[in-house]
This record gives sequence, C-alpha cells and structure tokens, in this order.
Amino acid sequence: MSTGRIEINDLGIAYGANSRRVEAVRQFTLMTTPGEFVALLGPSGCGKTTVLNAVAGFVQPDAGTIVLDGEPVRGPGADRGMVFQQHSLFPWKTVLANVEFGLKMRGIKKSLRTSQARGYLDLVGLAGFEDAYPAELSGGMQQRVGIARTLVNRPRVMLMDEPFGALDAQTRLNMQELLLNVWREVRTTVIFVTHDIDEALFLSDRVAVMTARPGEIRDVVAVKLTRPRAAEVITTAEFMALKARVLAQVREESARVAPGPRR
Amino acid sequence: MASMPGAETAPLVGAPAAQAAAAPAAPAGLRRRRVRRAASLGVFFVLWHVATEWDLAFYVRFQNIPTPAQVLAEAVDLFGAAGFYVHILASLERIWLGFAIASVLGIGLGLLIGWFSFAEDTLFPPIELLRPIPAVAWVPLSIMLWPTERSSIVFITALGAFFPIVLNTIHGVESIDRQLVRAATSLGAGRAAIFREVVIPGALPSIVTGLSVGMGVSWLCLISAEMISGQFGVGYFTWVAYGIVKYSQIVVGMLVIGVLGMMSSALIRVIGARCMPWLPRRAKGGS
Repeated sequence: MSTGRIEINDLGIAYGANSRRVEAVRQFTLMTTPGEFVALLGPSGCGKTTVLNAVAGFVQPDAGTIVLDGEPVRGPGADRGMVFQQHSLFPWKTVLANVEFGLKMRGIKKSLRTSQARGYLDLVGLAGFEDAYPAELSGGMQQRVGIARTLVNRPRVMLMDEPFGALDAQTRLNMQELLLNVWREVRTTVIFVTHDIDEALFLSDRVAVMTARPGEIRDVVAVKLTRPRAAEVITTAEFMALKARVLAQVREESARVAPGPRR
Repeated sequence: MASMPGAETAPLVGAPAAQAAAAPAAPAGLRRRRVRRAASLGVFFVLWHVATEWDLAFYVRFQNIPTPAQVLAEAVDLFGAAGFYVHILASLERIWLGFAIASVLGIGLGLLIGWFSFAEDTLFPPIELLRPIPAVAWVPLSIMLWPTERSSIVFITALGAFFPIVLNTIHGVESIDRQLVRAATSLGAGRAAIFREVVIPGALPSIVTGLSVGMGVSWLCLISAEMISGQFGVGYFTWVAYGIVKYSQIVVGMLVIGVLGMMSSALIRVIGARCMPWLPRRAKGGS
C-alpha cells in the first residue's frame, strides 16, 4: 500500500470578513505516511474539523497547501472519504443503496456494486440489514453504515469527524474496536478528529495535539502500543503515561479557550 | 371531548393502527371511542332531519333546506340517470388536467428556484407578485385569455394548485441538510447526481405536502370557476339547481364535491406514502 500520503503545509484558514474575521487554523503542518492512523486532538473550537474539511475539499484554504500522493487537493472527491458525526446517511436510501452510492457514482454496474457493498456491510457486521432504512437503525449501526459507505470507494484516506461523539460510552468502545478491526483489513490512511483523549490514544499511531484557536500543532505524540489493541490496553502503565502527557497539554489549551472557574 | 374516559384511554391512541385493526376484539377503550364517533355522526343527521322537517326558522331559516331523506331520494334519482355523470366527468377531467399541469410546472420550477440562485432571481419575483391574488379573481381575465370555456376553467384550477406546490417544493429544497450534499460530493457525486440523488428525494416530503394542499385548492378553484362561468361540471350543476329551485340537487352536488375532494386527497396521500417508504408510519399522514 503506497497511496494515502497526505502533506499539509502551513495551512491557514479564516472565516468571515474584515473586522469579524476569525482565524480558525494557522500555520498547520502535518504529514501522514500511507496507511497511518492519525488523530487530531484538541479543545472544541480549535479548528480540527476545519482542517478535516479542508482535506476533504469542502473548505478552501487561505494559505498553505494540501497534497495527496503528489496531487494538490482542489475540491471534494471520492479519494478522500468522509465519515461524519451523525445523520449523514441518505434517509431515502436503504442501507445497501447507501453503501452502493459511491460505486453507482463511478458507473459500476448493479450486480457488481451490490456484491461489493455486501462485502463491506459484512466487514462492519451489518449483514442482514441491507433492506433497512437508516431511521430504523441505532446510532452505532448508522455509523457502521457510514464507514462501509466510505470504505467501499477504497479511498486513499478516510476522514473521520468525531464519528463516535454522539454515541453512548459502551457503544463508543465497541465502535472503536470495530474500527480497528476494519482498518486492519483495509489499511487505508485515517485522519480521526476527536476531543476524547482515550479514544485518540487507543486508536492512533500518532496523536496530533492542537492548540486553542487559531489551531496550530502543539505536539505530535507517537503511540507505540502494540497492535492489535484490545480495550484493556487503556489500563496499562504505558497508556497512562501517554495520557498524562496529552492530558496536561489539552488542559492548558482548554484553559486558554475558556479562562473560567478552572483554578 | 376532554372527558374523563378520554383521559383513561389516551395511551391506546398510540397503538399502531394495523394492530388495532387486526385484533379480533378491539380493546374496550377503543371500541368505546368508535361508538362515540358513530354516535356523533348520528346526532348530526338527526339534527339536520329535525331542523328541516320542523322548518325551524330563528334568523337561520331551514324552510327551503331539504331533509336527509329528500336528499337521499334525489341522489338515487340522479345516479340512476346518465345526465349527472356528464357533470362529474367534466369536473374530474378539469381537475385532473389542471392539477397535472400545476404539478409538472410547480415541482419543476420549485426544484430549480430552490436549488439554483440564478433561477431564484429570474423566476421567483413574478411568482411572489402574483401569489397573493386568489385564483378565483382571475376568472374574468381567464375568460378573455383562453379560447374555450374548458381551457379557461382548467387554467383557474391549475393556477390555484400551482402556488402551494411551487412554494412547498422550494421550501423542501431549501431545507435539505447541507451535510448530505457534502456526503454525496465526498462519495464522488457530480452536480447532476446531487440534484437527482439528494435534492429531489430530499424535497419529496415537502412536495407531497404541496400536492396535498394544492389538490384542495384546485377543487376550491374548480367549483368557483364552474359556478361563475360554465355549462358543465358539478359546480355548475349545484349553482343551476339553485336557479331552477331544485334544492335537494344543491345538497347532492355539495356532497359529491366533498366526496370527490376527499377521494383525490386520499389518492395523493397513498401515492405519497408509496413514493416515500423510508418515512416512519406515523408521519405518512393517515386518518
């Protein structure tokens, strides 16, 4: 696997105009190697989703460049699949039709796309739910469909924007384990936005800690925990040490966002 | 209505309709509610009968109003002869034509105006300008504009249905979740595919609402137009019955208009539900 190399260089993004201009991201630089799992971690409002939207092509950068496998990113495309936080499945399409969508856009014929879509539904443990509509599924199942729908396109990079943020704690744990299992199969590059430290460390090869707005990289923490990882890994001393380091940084940045009754 | 038994049986309202219908013996509370509803209809007919049989006159005058029995006899006579069907078919043809034209134009323009700002700027202002004018006010102009009586009545019918359809379609397009559009683009959808796969199905629930409202308005317009200018149609029939002092025919005409209007609205609901199998049962309208 040699695709999925992202180079984000000196990225700068601002919203609004003139006096109300807000700098969301400043001089943000990050590289990923093909097949790497990188988490973007930071306090809410730090611009991590903005970075993700820029890589997806939804947002045009004001400064800097984003290059995927040597080609500059110009707009949205199927080579960078996005998994949203929630409610992003097409409500009027069945689970199978949702997963087939990307293949249909590529003009692949029906029988072939059905068999491929079924394969990915199997992978996320949703065989048997092909004919259900999204509204009939739980939040966790909907996110699994979202992951299958993105992966069926074989994207060079999967962008995940707090995909488990709206789920309850138990479901979130199950989904994290499921994601690691799926990722071990497909080995695509993943950029995973979250504000949950445990989640970032549990899933990732590297965790990029962002500063408060305007978002810059504050630290990049390599997570050398052995894979495959099980949920118990979060109780090990190694994990605790990493968590302590990251937690201190996130605390400091959160305090800069909201200097309130913290101390 | 807000009596104590009503409060007792309230939870049963939430039970799925299919389950209630399939049950051989409906729960006691549900049966009681059905009896109450049937009794309510019964009381209505009894009051009608009493008021007309006794020729009540206390400011409102019932002397010339036919009794339920007279209306029933008149209906039997009318439906036994071919003449009445000519009027019904004339009205149905005008409704069908007018509504079909309004649907095609209303949905088509609504999708364009809702999605493309160029279409909004160029097509929407005249619609906004003409919208507050009730379609019936167009009758004189319509007679001058169109060569035949049939075409001018179809025009009025279409005009009435057009505005609710176009406005609801625009609203439906504008309320589409932008995240779904982003999702589609990141799955490789181009502009045409987004319009086909996201915009149209996303607006569909609002479109069906617009069609449903439009159907009601087009009946209103049809009957008014037929009463003002026409030689056929249930509206014409009802108005002429007044002129020739056939008072029970007036009421039969009214009832036929009501039944046809109800049936066409039900048809829209059924077709709408068929087109949108993803909507949960309760949101499909129903009784």
